[in-house]
Amino acid sequence: MTAPAILAVDIAKVYRRFLHKNQFKTLKSALLTGSLLSDLSPDQTFTALDGVSFEVPTGCTFGVIGENGSGKSTLLKLLAGITKPTRGSLTVNGRISALIELGAGFHPEISGRENVAINGIMLGLTRKQVDDRFDEIVDFAELRPFIDAPVKTYSSGMYMRLGFAVAIHVDPEVLLIDEVLAVGDEAFTRKCLDKIGEFRRRGKTILLVSHSLGLVEKMCDEILWMRRGKKADQGDPKRVVDAYLTYVAGGEEALLAREHGHAPAEQPEAAPSPDGHGPYREGRWGSREIEIASVQLLDDRGQERHVFVPGESLTVRLRTRAEKPIADFVFGIGLFTADGVSVYGTNTHLEDFVPRRLEGDGDVAFVIDDIQLVEGTYLLDVAAHRRDGTPYDYHRGLYSFRVKSRLKDVGVHRPAHRWTFGGGVDVEAPVPRPELDLHDDGTPDAQ
Amino acid sequence: MFQQVATLFRYRLLIQSLVGRELKARYRGSILGFFWSFINPLLLLLIYALVFEFVFKDAKAKEPWFLFLFCGILPWTWFSSSIAESAGVLIAGGNLIKKVLFPAEVLPVVSVLTNFVHFLLGLPILFLFLAFKGHLHASALLLPLPILVQLVFTIGLALIFSALTVHFRDLQDILGHILHLWFWGSPILYDYGIIDGAFRMVLRFNPLAHVLVSYQQMLFDGAFDHWSGLFCAALCAILIFALGSFLFERLRDTLAEEV
Repeated sequence: MTAPAILAVDIAKVYRRFLHKNQFKTLKSALLTGSLLSDLSPDQTFTALDGVSFEVPTGCTFGVIGENGSGKSTLLKLLAGITKPTRGSLTVNGRISALIELGAGFHPEISGRENVAINGIMLGLTRKQVDDRFDEIVDFAELRPFIDAPVKTYSSGMYMRLGFAVAIHVDPEVLLIDEVLAVGDEAFTRKCLDKIGEFRRRGKTILLVSHSLGLVEKMCDEILWMRRGKKADQGDPKRVVDAYLTYVAGGEEALLAREHGHAPAEQPEAAPSPDGHGPYREGRWGSREIEIASVQLLDDRGQERHVFVPGESLTVRLRTRAEKPIADFVFGIGLFTADGVSVYGTNTHLEDFVPRRLEGDGDVAFVIDDIQLVEGTYLLDVAAHRRDGTPYDYHRGLYSFRVKSRLKDVGVHRPAHRWTFGGGVDVEAPVPRPELDLHDDGTPDAQ
Repeated sequence: MFQQVATLFRYRLLIQSLVGRELKARYRGSILGFFWSFINPLLLLLIYALVFEFVFKDAKAKEPWFLFLFCGILPWTWFSSSIAESAGVLIAGGNLIKKVLFPAEVLPVVSVLTNFVHFLLGLPILFLFLAFKGHLHASALLLPLPILVQLVFTIGLALIFSALTVHFRDLQDILGHILHLWFWGSPILYDYGIIDGAFRMVLRFNPLAHVLVSYQQMLFDGAFDHWSGLFCAALCAILIFALGSFLFERLRDTLAEEV
């Protein structure tokens, strides 16, 4: 591994809050000291970024998430070199292309063809490179019939498509993307994603800012979560997205509990909603006459794992403890997507197991032989309760795992299925895409 | 300053294509298109000819007076249009500066160069009339000198005004009047040679006056002896360019935020 593609050390960005006050004073100071901020008091400034450090290795797809106003766009502008950090150092190795504002340099009066040439040069291509890639750009934007019309006659979708096409064909080593994937219809978005996937395979570094958590989680190797100008968390996509969702949904209290690594305090007033309706908030409650002391997610070799691929087996193993013998007990499992949609729920009562006796330490395993789920993060409920539903120990959404798949199908469940074709339909059989093998180190191999 | 020159050289391809774009875009949609670059100075010249041959017959110090005027007006138009355009060019191009990694100094330079091309396209018209009236002299070969001085001077001022206008929008309004005053403070509608007294001192300190006198002597009089004046103007142009580069560099980081 060579030098990191992006290295940010303690960067901060302070803006002036009032742009048109004290102009004279500040311009003078700008000329004398090179800074517009030095003689402004704190209430006249706004700190958009406050001491953020991170490192993006070369070839990594790096996601940045956070609420509006958390400093994502400022960060991107700093990375693109449009503004300079007020404090700290920022190093980017390799040519950058920033998909921040698509078609920003287009001139409305001249044709798409000429705009492509100039925009390409603006983004750092030579004239020859523009000529070589011209056809590719136009075909990508699907604007062949309109390329000689003035850009002012384009619809906003056409405008964006052309802008995206030029920017993506600059062939940067580092690609910055700011929420621009929503530019086209479904088909064009898919094409953009394919192109970005191609970038990843070729070992380019991508930094992606998005509110589309599913997308970020699916595409990124690592995620940075920004909160009020500071780094809230960074690391594994599943974990960070979960933490972010937890924060957004449940506020900071639950988050802190999770950060400290133990389950939240009991919340008896939060009645369980067995059918999965109502707001999905993680938590733990119950009388603890039966305690679920630990929950493990295991693969077919009995190793603890958090990432699985379709086709593997997943075992949820509960270790239970009860001080006194109990004869009325039910074990239940609930499976949810990251946004709280119920995927599946069952319990031993529904499946007609008759409880006899439970005492001391016990072992319960729920085995899924073949996880037929699409890619994504899933949350797990486990519970021990009476047959009438009174909880002994209810763990809601405290455990999560991630399914990674080569196949980018959508939805929740992947029913076992096959295609057949007949008559005048002739298709070429797909090249088989073997699923990832996660056995060696528990992490997906790099694509 | 040298850094600025290096930057501009590095972006020459970008500057070149942007100038081309401006020229294309300006006449897009008009019937005569690019010919306007020739027709505009031609019409201007005809108007002056009309006024001074038929209306102000006695106001002439040299013959043919309208041709003498035109030797000053053509470079002045280049200068004043460049400055007036570059003042607003950063604000107009705000999208580029704010959203794309774009060397901001390219924009005022493109304004100056676009108008320079118009100036160059006007020269053949001027030469045609000079030849017609028997005023085409060998001294016209020295023309690249004042052109170079004016180019450096104009770019320097364009850098200053473009960067300052971002911070003081008022400049855009004042600038029109400054340029108007400058017009009358330069030997365009009158002959530098016949001015004396206090006003002559004012003209001496106007670098553009020396450049204009150089044009007039080279093109109209056919004998150039204003070397010291042109030399001082050249020094002044370099100074202004250095100041413009310094100022622009200092304000660069604030541009993306203030635009």
